[in-house]
Amino acid sequence: MRRLARALALALPLGLAGALAHSAAAEARPVRITTTLKPYGGDGAYLAIYITDPLGKLHKTVRIAGGKAKYYKHLSAWNRLSGGRIDGTTGASVGSGQSLSVSVDIADALIDAGYQIRVDSAVENENDVPGDAVAPLTTSGAGKPVAGRGYVKSLTFDM
Amino acid sequence: MLRQIHALPGLIAALLVTALALTGAVLSVQPALERFAAPSVATATMSVAALAEAAKAQHAEIDKIVKTASGTVVVSYFDGDKAGADLVDPATGRVIGPHEPSATIRFVTNLHRSLLLGTAGRVAVGLGALTMVVLTITGAMMLAARLGGWSALLKPIRGGGRQRWHAQAGRLAITGLLLTAMTGCFLSLTSFELIPDGSADPVATASGTGGERASVGSLAALRAVDLADLRELAFPYAADPTDTYRLTTAAGVMQIDAATGEALSFQPHSTARQLYEMIYRLHTGQGLWPLGLFLGLSALAVPVFAVTGAMIWWQRRRSLPRIADNSSASAADTVILVGSEGNSTWGFARTLHAALTQAGHKVHAAPMNALAPAYPKAARMLILAATYGDGTAPASASGFLARLDRSALTLPVAVLGFGDRSFPKFCRFAEDVAAALAKKGWPALIEIDRIDRQSAQSFALWGDRLGAALGHALALAHVAERPKTTVLELVKRADYGAGVQAPTAILTFRLPEAAAGLPFWRRLVPAALPPFEAGDLVGILPPGSAVPRYYSLASSSREGILEICVRKQPGGLCSGFLSDLPLGGRIDGFIRAKPDFRPNASTAPLILIGAGAGIAPLMGFLRANRSHRETHLYWGGRSPASDFLYREDLASCMADGRLSALKAVFSRVAGGGYVQDRLATDAQHLATLLRRGAQIMVCGGRDMAKGVSQALDAILAPMGSSTTALKASGLYLEDVY
Repeated sequence: MRRLARALALALPLGLAGALAHSAAAEARPVRITTTLKPYGGDGAYLAIYITDPLGKLHKTVRIAGGKAKYYKHLSAWNRLSGGRIDGTTGASVGSGQSLSVSVDIADALIDAGYQIRVDSAVENENDVPGDAVAPLTTSGAGKPVAGRGYVKSLTFDM
Repeated sequence: MLRQIHALPGLIAALLVTALALTGAVLSVQPALERFAAPSVATATMSVAALAEAAKAQHAEIDKIVKTASGTVVVSYFDGDKAGADLVDPATGRVIGPHEPSATIRFVTNLHRSLLLGTAGRVAVGLGALTMVVLTITGAMMLAARLGGWSALLKPIRGGGRQRWHAQAGRLAITGLLLTAMTGCFLSLTSFELIPDGSADPVATASGTGGERASVGSLAALRAVDLADLRELAFPYAADPTDTYRLTTAAGVMQIDAATGEALSFQPHSTARQLYEMIYRLHTGQGLWPLGLFLGLSALAVPVFAVTGAMIWWQRRRSLPRIADNSSASAADTVILVGSEGNSTWGFARTLHAALTQAGHKVHAAPMNALAPAYPKAARMLILAATYGDGTAPASASGFLARLDRSALTLPVAVLGFGDRSFPKFCRFAEDVAAALAKKGWPALIEIDRIDRQSAQSFALWGDRLGAALGHALALAHVAERPKTTVLELVKRADYGAGVQAPTAILTFRLPEAAAGLPFWRRLVPAALPPFEAGDLVGILPPGSAVPRYYSLASSSREGILEICVRKQPGGLCSGFLSDLPLGGRIDGFIRAKPDFRPNASTAPLILIGAGAGIAPLMGFLRANRSHRETHLYWGGRSPASDFLYREDLASCMADGRLSALKAVFSRVAGGGYVQDRLATDAQHLATLLRRGAQIMVCGGRDMAKGVSQALDAILAPMGSSTTALKASGLYLEDVY
């Protein structure tokens, strides 16, 4: 009996928090981030797709692509900013010449406010490329591909 | 059992391990190529700071500088949107040219790691490495067992073609393959994160002061490190002001403040990482190029194993006698086990199998070595065992006694021995088997019986006794199968010894001239003698007998003739027939290889010892001694005037150096003696030859062979050796009849 009472006491505030988060999402919009890789011809690439704030600090990790957690440290710039903590989703690595699209809700307040979408890339037994592609999160930048300097051919976001 | 563990995975994984070995062999050359392309860095030539400064002058942003185990220095850089890499001269810091890893090598590496099949391929490759470990270990165990113990592993390998190749390649490659396969297993396990490789070690994340970055050449912590100690220098990410330099050396990773040049943190490599790196280098040969080449050469033996192994397996399968309606071991009520050296005992087994099957039994026949742990429906076992040589087990029963020792079976059993009463240890192996079975508590269905020289009558009598025990009639009408024979024509004969009661003839045969009216293709491709070497045996079937007699060959098939020496035995069916054979007379013969009775490939002296007609194979070896190996012949006859076989041939071998010394001795002359007496008087000389590693080959009757081994033991004893010891190392070979 006592256990049930404690469970209810926990559930109530949790439900409340959920409702608050829902109302916050109303002021955000879905952003679709597409990363296309060059046909470099090796094993699948590990990618970190994340958003930085105007000071260059990590705002949010959108996606870590790659199967083995032990290799995440090769996504070196992201790894330094996050300390290896993942607050986004993870998935499979991305093959040579392939594309990865992810959607994320971004608060309106972040747009045109100095935030950036960044992609780090790394290929097993080959290179690590911190900041392979960097796209400023601006209204005018939406839909315009940004070239990468490593394995990334282009980074595009659509709102 | 060991053979199954070796053969089954070997056959299944042959293609996989061959692919791994060949790709591995290609990659194994890389460390040597890299080593010779980039001379190693001499100490105290240049600091890491100076090299980094030189690199920085070339490009907008440096990603990292890597020095490989082979000594190659590669600078990775970004110029705007373009990433690139330069090969740099470690002595001067100057760019040699762009670093472009070979696409072929990358392809071969991926093939080697994952067969280009992703995770499934990596699993397959890992299993391939494990298979290779199993094959190497079981192969070594089989080789040791075959050569007579681990200490004998370096001794000469005897035996026929494919087996010899397989064993020889195995002995050469075993060390390299075991190292490759075991390190390969380790790497595979780390790639599936079942063993830590240090890649999960925490990364030091100290932050720099964030001040304006100083020029890399001025950083104190980098100036203090010599280029020889560098493994990797990662530059700070341009967009992250507090990021640091990361300098990796053999000891660990140091973070260096980009503004002040101070060391911020140092993290030594974990044991897991150090172990992984060592094993990675042992597997790839990186920085250890001679090891790389050694491993590559060892890997090249794998295709040889795959091909010869598959051939041995196929040959063994094919040589298993086929028995019609053979029941499975689990369904049979009667089990026949056969121990046979040639295949003649299998013929008797087939007759027995057919008769029992006709009487309504379910019968399973198998080699003795295939003794199963259990026969769920069996009510009795029948063992037909031949004896090989000096009372030892024949090939198909070599492991039987050991298996029996471990077995928990007991079945009513009947043992039937096959042998030749003229040998002293007639049916000895069958007796040993019967004794071992009795000791294990197996009841005897009927007492042990013995068959002399494949006698069909004795076999039928044994069938009657067995039938009585089984409670029904059992008629065993055995007709020996005729081996596939070749017709040969006598073209030359030389007769000796009539005056000393030792009539002996040297008989030379050829294939008969092609008769007219042969098919066209037969005239284009003339018939050839079956292949044989001097020292092999020819089996000859005298008219009216199905039991062959064997004679040692004095020629090889390459000479186009088949030559034997025949001593006429009183009342001998075959020797009588051959002694009276006129020129142009024909015989039916077939070859039985005797690959163990051959001179070895050494350059040490060869001592040939024989008496009477036993000279035949020795003469063959002498004729073939074109390399003029030092060869001494001891031979005994009765009288130089009457039975000095091959007198002229021996003289011509002496004249051209194929024979170094001829010590002929005759028993019926004043002051004469036997060949063993001649050995005793020559003791000092023989001792010198034996100390030089001489090989001894003896051919002749049993009494002579016994006398010869006694005489030689007397010479060997002071040297701390014996004929038994020489036999074990292949230096004392006998062909005794």
